[in-house]
Amino acid sequence: MLKNSFLCSSSRVSIASLTVVAMADEIILLDFWASHFGMRVRIALAEKGLKYEYREENLWNKSRLLLEMNPVHKKVPVLIHNGKPICESLMIVQYIDEVWKDKSPLLPSDPYQRAQARFWADYVDKKVPQLYHELGKKIWYTKGEEHEAGKKEFIECLKFFEGELGEKPYFGGENFGFEDVALVPLSCWFYTYESFGNFSVEDECPNLMAWAKRCGQKESVSSSLADPHKVHGFVMEMRKRLGID
Amino acid sequence: MAAISLQTETMAEEVKLFGTWASVFSRRIEVALKLKGVQFEYIEENLSNKSPALLKYNPVHKKIPVLVHNGKPVAESLVILEYIDETWKHNPILPTDPYEKAMARFWAKYIDDKLLPAAIKVAMSKGEEQKGVIEEIQKQLKTLESELKEKKFFGGESLGFVDIAANTIVWLVVAQEALGMEILTEEKFPVLHGWYQRLVDDAVFKECMPPREQHLSFVKVRFGSSTPSK
Repeated sequence: MLKNSFLCSSSRVSIASLTVVAMADEIILLDFWASHFGMRVRIALAEKGLKYEYREENLWNKSRLLLEMNPVHKKVPVLIHNGKPICESLMIVQYIDEVWKDKSPLLPSDPYQRAQARFWADYVDKKVPQLYHELGKKIWYTKGEEHEAGKKEFIECLKFFEGELGEKPYFGGENFGFEDVALVPLSCWFYTYESFGNFSVEDECPNLMAWAKRCGQKESVSSSLADPHKVHGFVMEMRKRLGID
Repeated sequence: MAAISLQTETMAEEVKLFGTWASVFSRRIEVALKLKGVQFEYIEENLSNKSPALLKYNPVHKKIPVLVHNGKPVAESLVILEYIDETWKHNPILPTDPYEKAMARFWAKYIDDKLLPAAIKVAMSKGEEQKGVIEEIQKQLKTLESELKEKKFFGGESLGFVDIAANTIVWLVVAQEALGMEILTEEKFPVLHGWYQRLVDDAVFKECMPPREQHLSFVKVRFGSSTPSK
């Protein structure tokens, strides 16, 4: 078996705190509570009914374990399965889907439909940094023209997703799947962007809002997404730290 | 591994690939299709005058490559590679083990998210800025070299998903020659250099490379005003 040179030996992970029960899967998730990417993995784990240890990372003081398990990017989320790390949220979700393939499949079995699901998840991945760090940030961090421009473009992005969703219950069609997992964490930030941006996602994108609520009715999603009010509080804290409030 | 040419007994398959001759992305798809022995029609696109067909098949990004299989389009090179692997299952390019597959996807994405943008930046920059980017690329190449270790290819004994995605390095070597830069040398990267030689000597890969002189001219014309940095 090919071994990644960046793997810690599993004995080091065991020393790091766990009692490994023979035959049971040992799953650890290194994550940050407000991370869009981390939420994707939580949803996938919940969909499969998997027990795991959640470890909260302080992104301003990353743990030695995180830096060892993801030396290339030093980011969350990282899934550690029986001592072996998997990084990059969409890859982790696909890994989870492939290992625990008998329950709640997230990707369709047909190769063409899988390709479409991957294409859309990839599209979401390209958009997410812009949505949060550029446009979203303009909404909660800036004023005046920059604020308005950020808000306008943010809403346009949402409208694009609204258009792609159409009348379908989920992005992939009748069933909750990979594309929904890729995007739905954004919905727990809606309240924050609506408050600072003074707009309503429901008014601008009624189908998208209905989709978010529909996803939110699933236990796997509601238990994985951050509390929207907590997210709002987090942004208020950031504004204070950055000297805006 | 030699490409096996297939004769399907069942209904004829119609496979089209929209690409451009110097595109690192569309050449990946050619390699994969040839490794699987899949007959396809290649359509060269003019990117300054995109065909209605391309715009119809990839309305979201309007980019090549697009694979159209029996009228159904697939876009984004790494997505297309996985589609090809799942549709034509012989000569697999991805590992079957989920962990190894996750690692292969990770490294292919690393190449596309880190190495490729840096390679474009290095061609477009000059002087001190270029030196900085060269150092960045060399760190990335070191990272990839550590992943390769003593394997013949990233995929093991034969070309795999990561090797195909790492055709980016071949384009980088063309750029360094065309623009007079020194980035990937045998001296600095003996292991990766060995891999590079095996890649460009591979029968299938070689067949899918842009003609060298044309490729060098193309890069010189496109990026040629940069000052060489050694």
